[in-house]
Amino acid sequence: MSIAARKISAVSQTSLPPMVAIDNVTMAFGSFVAVENVNLKVGNGEFLSIVGPTGCGKSTILNAIAGLLKPAKGAVSIDGATVGGVQNTIGYLFQQDALLPWKTAYQNVELGLMFRGVAAEERRAKVMAWLEKVGLKGFESRFPHQLSGGQRKRVQMAQALITEPKVILMDEPFSALDIHTRHLMQNELLRLWQEDRRAVVMITHDLEEAIALGDRVAVLAAGPRSRVIESFPVDLERPRNVSEIKLDPKFMTLYRDIWASLRGEVEKSYASR
Amino acid sequence: MQAVNVRLIQIALLALILGSWQIGVTSGVIDRFFFPAPLDIVQQVISWVADPSFYKHVGITLSETVLGYVIGTGLGVAAGVWLGLSPYVARVLDPFIKAVNAIPRVVLAPIFVLWLGLGLWSKVALAVTLVFFVTFFNAMQGVREVNPVVLSNTRILGASRSDLLRHVYFPAAASWILSSLRTSVGFAVVGAIIGEYLGASAGLGYLIARSEGNFDAVGVFAGIIILALFVLIIDLLLDVAEKRLITWRPKAGEERPA
Repeated sequence: MSIAARKISAVSQTSLPPMVAIDNVTMAFGSFVAVENVNLKVGNGEFLSIVGPTGCGKSTILNAIAGLLKPAKGAVSIDGATVGGVQNTIGYLFQQDALLPWKTAYQNVELGLMFRGVAAEERRAKVMAWLEKVGLKGFESRFPHQLSGGQRKRVQMAQALITEPKVILMDEPFSALDIHTRHLMQNELLRLWQEDRRAVVMITHDLEEAIALGDRVAVLAAGPRSRVIESFPVDLERPRNVSEIKLDPKFMTLYRDIWASLRGEVEKSYASR
Repeated sequence: MQAVNVRLIQIALLALILGSWQIGVTSGVIDRFFFPAPLDIVQQVISWVADPSFYKHVGITLSETVLGYVIGTGLGVAAGVWLGLSPYVARVLDPFIKAVNAIPRVVLAPIFVLWLGLGLWSKVALAVTLVFFVTFFNAMQGVREVNPVVLSNTRILGASRSDLLRHVYFPAAASWILSSLRTSVGFAVVGAIIGEYLGASAGLGYLIARSEGNFDAVGVFAGIIILALFVLIIDLLLDVAEKRLITWRPKAGEERPA
């Protein structure tokens, strides 16, 4: 398993064309430059974690991939096609509640398929299957306010993944959850991803999460004019158990190495405030 | 227990006011020319309600109110959603909207009579101008306050512009619009009544104006009571409609219903 996983990430980083390519991207808001000259490649089936101090412009990178924001310089491409405008070959897991509060769990999960013009019967079968997959069988007709935080995240996962996106983007997806729910959801996510591996770009400020989930961890410098300073491959076996992997000596070594690189940036970001 | 007590006190209060009014009139302390006895008013209301031709007046006022309401809120929602979605147009039109909104709508009544005649439509037009702005501002606010994360998420899921309108903007604005619908019912009635009052041959406003012309204070008061009941009933209907339409909103104190 681990060998296969390593092979995939090794191959994707070298020969195969990347699923997501970020070429020399600069993101700016007026005269404020959030990130500058970022180069990142994500292979098909690779899980990339991006860590960086708060306010370093991590989210703008994701929004550039999603097509929600236009880079001031450089270009992003997904599967060889340049991103211009909002993409719908991606799934986006937001940090905040992004469910439509006036739709039930079922209707929320259904949205992506409905917008793609999938017939009602086929939709129904898929939605029910996905709700069961994320452990929400029987909760179809609940509105978001009738679900717990963890359950809402599950609905969001099903909603984002049901369209079988080429790339999954995650913006601190579990930071609003309590620690136990967070571990549960991280394991759940890994299980779903393991079943059908896609390219993932996850942004977080939690280094443990970044290592526990990712195949590779990229460290961003403190903003403004943030850039990628280093990139660490994570050679931990899959499938992983998020709450136990932290005791793995390899995990601790990685944590120490990456933290050594991240620490200076975190201190800088505090000093500049 | 508390609720029953409140109800009892309310009834007692009402009885006290009406009773002293009635006694005041019969004993001659209150001038019955200006303040007719409550019993006389009740009798007038009953005799109207029992008279089939009375319903012609109610029907006319009702159709003016409903037409003014439907047209006014329809235009208000459409314009509000449109301007909410295009901030640029909203900025251009802002001074004009403010200026038009500043005109006391009642002064437009004579112009509408001139344009549209003494019939139904001059009253409808007046009701429309009153209702429009209430709904318009609320719809615009509702659209502007759509959660940007929800919007981005829906766009990424593949929503087209019309999908966004149908699944995000309208539902998000719905609670704002609905609350404005409640307020604007009152305005629609005011528009219809004032229109009738200024020139008409039928309707509740006409009844009140006619009674006034005959120095018949009983008729005026009876008309006022009928109008109040009229608005209360419409309000009640809207209450039911609102509960049906917005099922997704958590009710006060709701935890986890089945």
